[in-house]
Amino acid sequence: MSSVPIWLIVLIKAIIVLFVVITVFAYSMLAERKVMGWMQLRPGPNRVGPWGLLQPAADAVKMMFKEDLTPETADPLIYRLAPFISLICAMGTFAIIPFSANKDGSLWAVGNVNAGILLVFCMTSIGVYGISLAGWASGSKFPLLGSVRSTAQMISYELAMSMSVIGVLILAGSTALSDIVNAQYRVWFIIPQLVGFVIYLITAIAETNRAPFDLVEAETELVGGFHTEYSGLRFGLFFIAEYLNMITVSCLATLLFLGGWNGPFGLPSFGLLGLLWFIIKAGFFLFFYIWLRSTLPRFRYDRLMAFGWKVLLPVATLNLILTAVAVAVWPTHV
Amino acid sequence: MSDHRKNLFNVGALVRGLTTTFSYMFKKKPTVQYPSVMKQHAPRFHGLHELRRYADGKERCIGCELCAIACQANAITVIGAENSPEDRRSPGERFAARYEIDELRCIFCGLCEEACPTDAIVLTPRFEMADYRRGAFVYAKDRLLVPPEAGVGTPPDERPNGIPADLGGVFRAKDTVDITAGYEATHRGHILKDHTRGGAA
Repeated sequence: MSSVPIWLIVLIKAIIVLFVVITVFAYSMLAERKVMGWMQLRPGPNRVGPWGLLQPAADAVKMMFKEDLTPETADPLIYRLAPFISLICAMGTFAIIPFSANKDGSLWAVGNVNAGILLVFCMTSIGVYGISLAGWASGSKFPLLGSVRSTAQMISYELAMSMSVIGVLILAGSTALSDIVNAQYRVWFIIPQLVGFVIYLITAIAETNRAPFDLVEAETELVGGFHTEYSGLRFGLFFIAEYLNMITVSCLATLLFLGGWNGPFGLPSFGLLGLLWFIIKAGFFLFFYIWLRSTLPRFRYDRLMAFGWKVLLPVATLNLILTAVAVAVWPTHV
Repeated sequence: MSDHRKNLFNVGALVRGLTTTFSYMFKKKPTVQYPSVMKQHAPRFHGLHELRRYADGKERCIGCELCAIACQANAITVIGAENSPEDRRSPGERFAARYEIDELRCIFCGLCEEACPTDAIVLTPRFEMADYRRGAFVYAKDRLLVPPEAGVGTPPDERPNGIPADLGGVFRAKDTVDITAGYEATHRGHILKDHTRGGAA
């Protein structure tokens, strides 16, 4: 083992995670279309392969062969760069997300960072630049509106999101994702941090630009928002980034609030069993996002802002203060 | 509290909405997988026209143009001609030298069928007439008339209840048809100037 250089191990791990994550993206996209279809009394895509299982491959081929247009009014360099910013940031987060752990405590992750949660938030925050720059560089009005909305939405919802997560960090006493999961060995943080969990769930939807907070790309008002002008593979990259962000926030919700790879009721689970628990929990969140999208209509923009600043942020702050006081008063109980 | 505030915190409504969509996930889907599964249509479905024959193979159409007069959409063009003793096409004195229906104009109301004194023109349940060429929608006798080997056609009051077995026949005829042929009579602009109505040139 010692003869294998560390960079090679990391590289192999990264490639494995990349392939798995891209496959999960492809099938979460299919799952979304299927589930939305079922909920709208349609069968969903079922023409390509058995039960439409090859639909992602067909979509990928379609994306690749479509013309990649750049509008004349666009800023060409930033216009071409923006999708990559989104995608790289979305993919980068998976480098530090632990999916399971062995009995000896070694993680099933590409890298274990002691400030893991901070790095994830950094990555997702930089990812917003992809959207903002794409809208700005497109040189037309709807993308610009989309990017302005995205900036405003990110600022207002990321605050509440961070606030809701800090409660968990206080309880766990660490920002490393592995420590946070280990701290939930007996009780998942969803129980002491129920308010934080609900706020996280809501803000995570806004963070990933998903319905009912998808004002950034609102098809009916903004004709696609920031990606109106994008086509072909570059549009595909935004698509991948959106779904990867969705998977990221689902994984984070699992790690922060649902005990990560821990089984319920303190059931010990390591290795593959832990991975199974992780997949089940993260999968539930993915399903929940799809479910919510087919249930709720889009928010009006001013109400979105009001909700973020006047409801979520105060409640999250209050939750944070209460958690801090509780930990300070009864330090042994957590 | 303003109305939208009240709606915002109405968790009960949210849960109700979520349960509704969730239960719909398992409902039976009404989708018909169309090209592979055909829906049964109504017994008196009005589809593509057909010109019928008598049992002895003679055409029923006598070129009277009542269908063309009844047609609300001016879709039918009939140019009749006298039967000659050596080549009798219909039992009467006259037959349809040209009989063309512009299916793009047709509204499938069935008035032609009702107007026909000899039950010659009927509507079949065939409905798959899509084509990339405009001209292919002008159906002339080569596609309207029942081929002699295919029998006499279906009487209007015995119209098949559902999908005809020879639905694919529409496709086969389409590929071989000369799309310019249909315009010989139907291009009203100049052709009808050359022909007096009711008599062939």
